[in-house]
Amino acid sequence: MKDVVIIGAGAVGSFIARSLSKFKLDVMVLEKENDVGNVTSMSNSAIAHSGYDPVPGTKKAYFNVRGNKMMSQVCEELDVPFEMVGSMTVATEESQLKLLDELNERSALNGVEARILSPEEVKKLEPNINPEVKGALLCPTAGVVNPFLLTCNAMENACDNGVELSLTTEVKGIKRVGDHFVIDTNKGEIESKVVINAAGLYSDEIAKMIEPIEWKINPRKGEYYVLDHYAKGLVNHVLFPLPSEKGKGILVTMTTSGNYLVGPSSEWVDDKDDVSTDTLTLRNVKSQATTLVPSIPFNQQIRVFSGCRATPSTHDFIIEPSKKYDTFINVAGIESPGLVSSPAIGEYVANELVGKVLKLVEKEDYSPRVRKHIRPLELSVEDRNALIKEHPSFGRMVCQCEKVSLGEIEDILSRSVPINTVVAVKKRTRAGFGKCQGGFCQPVVINLLAEHQKVDPTKVLYSKDGSEIVKCKVNKGGN
Amino acid sequence: MKNVDLVIIGGGSAGLAASVGAFDSGIKDILIIERNPFLGGILNQCIHNGFGLSEFKEELTGPEFASRFEKQVEDRKIPYVLNTTVTSITKDKVVTYTNEKEGVVEVQAKAIIMAAGCYERNAGAIGIPGDRPAGVITAGQAQLFLNEYGYMVGKKVFILGSGDIGLIMARRLTLEGAKVLGVAELCAWSNGLNRNMVQCLYDYDIPLYLSHTVTRVIGKGRVEAIEISQVDERMNPIHGTEKRFDVDTLVLSIGLVPNNNLLTDLGVEVGRSRGAAVNQNYETSIEGIFSCGNVLHVHDLVDYVVDEAREAGRSAARYLLEGKKETSKNIPVNPGEGIGYVVPSKLDVLSLKEKTAFKFRVRKPSKNVFIDYIVDGVTVKSTFKPVIIPSEMEVFNLPKNLLENAQQSIVISMRAKE
Amino acid sequence: MEHDLICIVCPRGCHLHVDENLKVTGNFCPRGEAYGKQEVTNPTRVVTSTVKINGSDLAMCPVKTFSPIPKGKIFDVMASINKVEIDAPVHIGDVIIHDVCGTGVDIVATRDMERI
Repeated sequence: MKDVVIIGAGAVGSFIARSLSKFKLDVMVLEKENDVGNVTSMSNSAIAHSGYDPVPGTKKAYFNVRGNKMMSQVCEELDVPFEMVGSMTVATEESQLKLLDELNERSALNGVEARILSPEEVKKLEPNINPEVKGALLCPTAGVVNPFLLTCNAMENACDNGVELSLTTEVKGIKRVGDHFVIDTNKGEIESKVVINAAGLYSDEIAKMIEPIEWKINPRKGEYYVLDHYAKGLVNHVLFPLPSEKGKGILVTMTTSGNYLVGPSSEWVDDKDDVSTDTLTLRNVKSQATTLVPSIPFNQQIRVFSGCRATPSTHDFIIEPSKKYDTFINVAGIESPGLVSSPAIGEYVANELVGKVLKLVEKEDYSPRVRKHIRPLELSVEDRNALIKEHPSFGRMVCQCEKVSLGEIEDILSRSVPINTVVAVKKRTRAGFGKCQGGFCQPVVINLLAEHQKVDPTKVLYSKDGSEIVKCKVNKGGN
Repeated sequence: MKNVDLVIIGGGSAGLAASVGAFDSGIKDILIIERNPFLGGILNQCIHNGFGLSEFKEELTGPEFASRFEKQVEDRKIPYVLNTTVTSITKDKVVTYTNEKEGVVEVQAKAIIMAAGCYERNAGAIGIPGDRPAGVITAGQAQLFLNEYGYMVGKKVFILGSGDIGLIMARRLTLEGAKVLGVAELCAWSNGLNRNMVQCLYDYDIPLYLSHTVTRVIGKGRVEAIEISQVDERMNPIHGTEKRFDVDTLVLSIGLVPNNNLLTDLGVEVGRSRGAAVNQNYETSIEGIFSCGNVLHVHDLVDYVVDEAREAGRSAARYLLEGKKETSKNIPVNPGEGIGYVVPSKLDVLSLKEKTAFKFRVRKPSKNVFIDYIVDGVTVKSTFKPVIIPSEMEVFNLPKNLLENAQQSIVISMRAKE
Repeated sequence: MEHDLICIVCPRGCHLHVDENLKVTGNFCPRGEAYGKQEVTNPTRVVTSTVKINGSDLAMCPVKTFSPIPKGKIFDVMASINKVEIDAPVHIGDVIIHDVCGTGVDIVATRDMERI
């Protein structure tokens, strides 16, 4: 019998697991995907929003602002790249200035530092901005964060502290039996006193397994461009247009790795697994983005991608026990600003909601830190040489574009969260994230994974189940 | 810090030929830095024949061609390091490299030749619409898996782009038992060499869809199907022309791009070919840093690469032996009407030799045209071309006397015959 | 019968015309003339492929037919190539299959591969 089972290992599930791992509890995380943070947590704007935008008094506002305040320390503990570069919400028409004032007031109500900039101030800080700029709301506490490592390392930290993670485990049904739940999965039944539903896009389906619900998760797709990091100094802040009911609009932002993101679109889709991109939608993203920054070098495009937001029909995060059971906790509808909110949500769910139904006793040996990542290129030549002398594989570059060494990949393979796919390696090390998109390093990574998993390269997955990259051995010499 | 006269980055065909050119011109203190465990670069996976007709007057396969140059390097005992990656270059020509044996090494070079080749344009760069499953793979990667590791990337294959590697892979995959259902090319013409059209597609009845592109990739885990559509003259897909192919793999042969990061990081001026802007001595905008081969501009024939690289090697040697010329006068060389790029992109008219080779590509296939060589607005030479195509690089030599008085610009331009 | 062909002897790719008397026009060099005649009477190709190699750092050793073989025999030759398995070391020009499929042509290695 588990104390707590968390369904879903996205950013939210991972941070709940991390917060619970402080306590003497038997915690298990079930994830249907073959890696943590493989759905919405992987495909988003990679931003730690300041909290200027959510309606005051909502859960979105509370957890956003709280999460933003936690971000520096969390990223330091989890060794996740995070830069508080600040955001600007930019008015390009006179008529938008009124909205800017309203947002400024909203920031004050939410307790978020903000101020209105004159067109001259904006141009000074952002030389590539649309010269027609009429003003902007500067929020200095907004930041950019590596969303892959944020999620992966939160879960790694949880696992290091004793949480059990079960990947490729899909929940088929949940029954209430006596004083606990029995969770039926593709890998058998699991009993637990408390269940936390952090199943993202599928959290309504999970919630429905124990009682009828009045809310629904509607997948809302966002498509993006990724530009290479050779377009240096394009923007220095996260740049938003004025928000509308469709969300925060098409933003132009730097990332912690020096790339730029342009997007997302906002499209209601029927299929929760739809991550396709579409030429017309992206063309529209492009034209909207150029109203903010006219000179975006789209010839530096290295990838397009899309992700689905788990948009709740309630318009606010759903973070509460179910109607029938205070031991079944729904954490659902965590759309934007979900990424930045997740540490605060984790803390609240563990301390308040789980704390209400289970006794929380702190572990003596809990550590909030993950093993530091070794990033050879950030070391001095002397330190790198010492490192390579001890571990030669840090001297061998696998990914030329992002300068990732073999040692960094080997390190990732030796951590507590199992690595099953090429994308899992890519998310954590950036191997394959550059302009050649794995053209040179993917074959090396495939061979490494094959060796690590003791399988033939034809069994190595790119990402999802069924995503083998090489089909078969060539018919040679009696094969 | 280690001191070396000439550091050559890349041990493929360009790097090897450059080292030979420099060595034979009197530079003995050379270091070739190669990231692979062997010399010869990408030629090793190009197991098809057709290499060396002009260089060796015989038809060789890629590995055979590579081994001839490896032998030239070994014979001269030119030093090289393998499994080694250059992580940075400075303007003062400090080259930092790393490998497992030596760790991080900083080399103070007197001259550098960049010969790092190119990389393949991929699905991300062109944003192929639809899902992003496994099974969308560049032709070069498919070639590596098949020819060196012994794996088929797919059994039912469609190919986007009629570049040479795509055509070669259409044949290779067919010979190894895959079914290649077709090749789609965005342009209204093929981008591969004629001979590859014949012996890779026609020989095996593989259909070529000109003015077509992939408008959708379908598949969650692995590619299940693709959809192609015809495009109009502005290359926009035409609604209603969609065709679906049930395939497990989409191979991309949509172009090569100079792998010029190290130089762009340094702020070297970039030319229209997306490689460095060089003068006729293959010298970049930073004195003593040279560039040649596919990192400068993408060639269709390795024979041209080694020719160019040897010349770059000789230039670097001249630079090292004679020192920087006191005076130089760089005149821009610009692509005019119908021309995509020209190498060199500038001409130092004070260091002209008897002949200067201009290399360029036209933007689209044309018939019965003149190529005009225009110096300061005056056409100094015209050549007639009955047929000219983008997939074949043109080379033309102009004598010194036509160039030495240039003041403003040199333009190469295409003009229809009246 | 008249034929319009693209010469494949070299990358130039001349457009050849071969008339019923086997007269070739459109060729840039004499090799084009020979190719034109050959292609309409007995077309041949060089086949390049790989064979499985043991004891080397790579799984495959590239090979080719030493000279062109009749076009109609390409798949027979491939079948023969695919049956072979060799051991490193091997050197460029080493004969891997003698007289493949009775064509009188040998399959030879095209890469030096040392034993590791």
